[in-house]
Amino acid sequence: MQPIVKVENLSKRYRIGGLHPGYMTFREMLAGAVTAPFRRLSGGGDASSRETLWALREINFEVQQGELIGIIGPNGAGKSTLLKILSRVTKPTTGRVALYGRVGSLLEVGTGFHPDLTGRENIFLSGAILGMRRFEIARKFDEIVAFSEIEKFIDTPVKWYSSGMYVRLAFSVAAHLEPEILMMDEVLAVGDAAFQQKCLDKMHDIRQQGRTIFFVSHNMPAVTRLCKRVLLLARGTIASDGAAERVVNDYLSTSLNVGAERIWNDAQSAPGNEVVRLRGVRVRAQDGETIAAIDIRRPFGIEITYEVRQAGHVLAPVVELYNQEGTHLFSAHDTAPEWRKIPRPAGLYISAAWIPGNLLSEGSMLAHVSLMSHVPSTVEHLHERNVVAFQVIDTQAGDSARGDYIGPMSGMIRPLLVWTTQIKQDENR
Amino acid sequence: MDLQTSRSAGALEPEPAPPDIQRDASAPQATHAPALVPAQPLVLIDAERSSVWLDLRDLWRFRELLYFLTWRDIKVRYKQTLMGAAWVVIQPIFSMLLFTLVFNKFAGLSSGDIPYPLFAYTGLLLWTFFANAVINGTYSLINNTNLITKVYFPRMFIPAAAIAAGLVDFAIASLILCGLAVYYAVVPSAQLLLLPCFVALTLLLALGVGFLTSALTVKYRDLRHALPFIIQLWMFASPVIYPASKVTGAWRWVLVFNPLTGIIEGFRSALVGRAFDWTAIGIAAALTLVVLVTSLYVFRRAEETFADLV
Repeated sequence: MQPIVKVENLSKRYRIGGLHPGYMTFREMLAGAVTAPFRRLSGGGDASSRETLWALREINFEVQQGELIGIIGPNGAGKSTLLKILSRVTKPTTGRVALYGRVGSLLEVGTGFHPDLTGRENIFLSGAILGMRRFEIARKFDEIVAFSEIEKFIDTPVKWYSSGMYVRLAFSVAAHLEPEILMMDEVLAVGDAAFQQKCLDKMHDIRQQGRTIFFVSHNMPAVTRLCKRVLLLARGTIASDGAAERVVNDYLSTSLNVGAERIWNDAQSAPGNEVVRLRGVRVRAQDGETIAAIDIRRPFGIEITYEVRQAGHVLAPVVELYNQEGTHLFSAHDTAPEWRKIPRPAGLYISAAWIPGNLLSEGSMLAHVSLMSHVPSTVEHLHERNVVAFQVIDTQAGDSARGDYIGPMSGMIRPLLVWTTQIKQDENR
Repeated sequence: MDLQTSRSAGALEPEPAPPDIQRDASAPQATHAPALVPAQPLVLIDAERSSVWLDLRDLWRFRELLYFLTWRDIKVRYKQTLMGAAWVVIQPIFSMLLFTLVFNKFAGLSSGDIPYPLFAYTGLLLWTFFANAVINGTYSLINNTNLITKVYFPRMFIPAAAIAAGLVDFAIASLILCGLAVYYAVVPSAQLLLLPCFVALTLLLALGVGFLTSALTVKYRDLRHALPFIIQLWMFASPVIYPASKVTGAWRWVLVFNPLTGIIEGFRSALVGRAFDWTAIGIAAALTLVVLVTSLYVFRRAEETFADLV
C-alpha cells in the first residue's frame, strides 16, 4: 500500500551561536579569542562540529493513511523539529519528505491569534493562517463557536478572555481543519478535563474519517490509548518504532533508568546486611515472563529474589508501589502462612507479591522493595527504592473500568466495580 | 535503518482494524470514507532542491491569506485609538503646515508654479506612504515570529500585507489632496489618468525595499536601529519639501539615482498637468524593477532559514 507520508534520510542541522555574532557578549568573544588557538592545538575535532547540532539524523519512516502515530522522546530529541519539517515550517539539511495529502499543523494553541481582535475576527484570521478557505470558515463558523462554548464573548477582543476561553476558541478553530495529514504538538495538555475530553473525541472523529495524525506528546497514557504505533526519538534518531505499548515502555524504562527487571550478581555489593541480601527483583506475568507493559485487566507479580545468609530470622518481604507523580499507592507485607512467624533456614528464596487486575490506574509505576523482621522486634534489613518500573495500559477494549469512555481518567486506582441497575416502573403508566 | 523501519511499518499494516474503530463503524456519524492516497506527492520537501523562482501556484493557493493578513494589519492599527483614521490625516497636514511655515515662509523656498502647501502635501502624501510601508515591512517578519515558526504559508505575504495595509491610510490622506487641489483651483488634465501609475510605482518600490530589509532584519537585527536614520536621510535626498530642479551641481546624482525623484515629481506633474520628465520617470521605473527583482531573489534565498533564525 502506498504510504501517505514518506520520509527518507532526513536530517536537520542547527548552528549554535556561530551565526549570531551580535548575540554574543563581549566577554564570550574575549574568551573565544583566548581559547581558540588552544582548541586548535589540542585538535579535538573541527570547529564546525562544535558549533552545530544535529537535531535530526538520517530519519526514515513511512506512515499509512489513517494511522494515528505518536511521537515521543525526551526534550531535545528532535520531536518538534520533525513536525516542523513535515509541516514545512523549516527546511531539512538533507533528505526528502513526500507528502501525499494536505498538511495541517497545530504546533501551538492559537496560531495567528491577535489579542486586539475579537473572537469572531480571530476565527477567520486563524482559520486562514491554518490553511482554511474563507467559504470553509464561514460555513463552519457556527459549529466552531458552538464547540468552543464562548458564544457570549464572540465579539469581545480575545485579550480580555480568560486563558481557558482563549484555549477553547483556539482549539475549536484548529479542530475544524480538514487536512488529510494533521500534525499536533502537545495541544491536549491544556484546558479543563471536560474540554480535554471534547478534544480527544474530536481527534477520534478525525481518525474515523481516515485522516492521518502525528501526535507529539509527553502524556504517555494518552499516547498509549490513542496511538497504535509510536516513534521514539532519541538524540535525533529513531530509537524505536512499533506498537505503542512496547515503545512507550522502552522509553519509560530508559528514561527512568529503571527497567522491569534488576539483578545483583555480586552478593557482596548487593543491598542488604549479614542476615539477608537482595539478589533480584522483576515484574512478571502469570506465565512467568518478565513484562514491562501490563494490561490493566490482568494480574501480575512483583517477584523478589533474596539470599538468606544467617539462619533463624523471621523475614517478611515488603513491596511498595508509587505512581508516576510519586504518590505512594500502597505497601504490602508478605502475610502468607508458609513462612509467617517461622524462622528461615539459609538459602535462596523467591517471593512474589501478586497484584490483581483492575486495581491500578493506568500510567507508569515504580516499586520499592524491602525485607523486614517483625518478630521479635522490627528490623529493616534492606530497603531499595525505585527497583523496577512498569507501565499499566488501559487498552480501551471495553471490559476495563473505563467501559466505552476514551478520555483521560484520573484517580489513583481503577477498580472494576459491579454495577446494578433496575428500571423503576412508572405507576402512572 | 531504512529497511528496518519500513518493515516495521509494513508489519503494522495487516493488523485487523482496532476494536474501537470497528465499534464506531456502525455509529451513524462515521460516514466519511477515507479518500484514496494520490499516486503523486502533493508536496515534496527536498533538502537538495531549492528554487529562487516565485512559486506562483503556491501564492495563488494562499491568496486569501494575503487578504486576511492585510485586513488584520489594518484592523489592528486603529483598535483602541480614540480618533482612529483621523491620525492618518492629521500627520501629513501638520507636516505640510510646518514645512510651509519653515521652508516657504521663513527660508523663502519656492516651489515654482505649484503653490507650496499643495507641493509639500503631494510630496508628503507619497513619502509618508512609502516610509511607513518600508518601516512596517521591515519589522513585519520579526513581529510575526509566532507565525513563521509555527505554520507554513508563503512568507512573502507578511511584508506584503504590512505594506499593502498602508494603502488604506494613503487613500484616506488622498482625500485631503483632493480638497487642496480644489482649493488651489487645479484644472484636471488628461495627465491625471497617469496618477495611479505613480502610486503603483511607489507601492512596487516599497515592496522591493520592504522584502529586502525584512529578510535582512531577520538575520541582522542591526537594521532595526539603522532604519529610522536611513529613512530620514532618504527623505532629504528626495524632492519632498523642495523641487528636484533646485538641486544642481555636485549633489545632483543623488536625486538622479533616487527612484523617488521621478515618482514624486511625476505624481505632481500628473496632478497639475505639468510636462513630464520622462527621463526621470524612466530611471525611476527601471530602478524600481531592479530593486524588486533583487529583493525577491534575496528574500527567496533567505526565507528557508527564517524559522531557524527569527
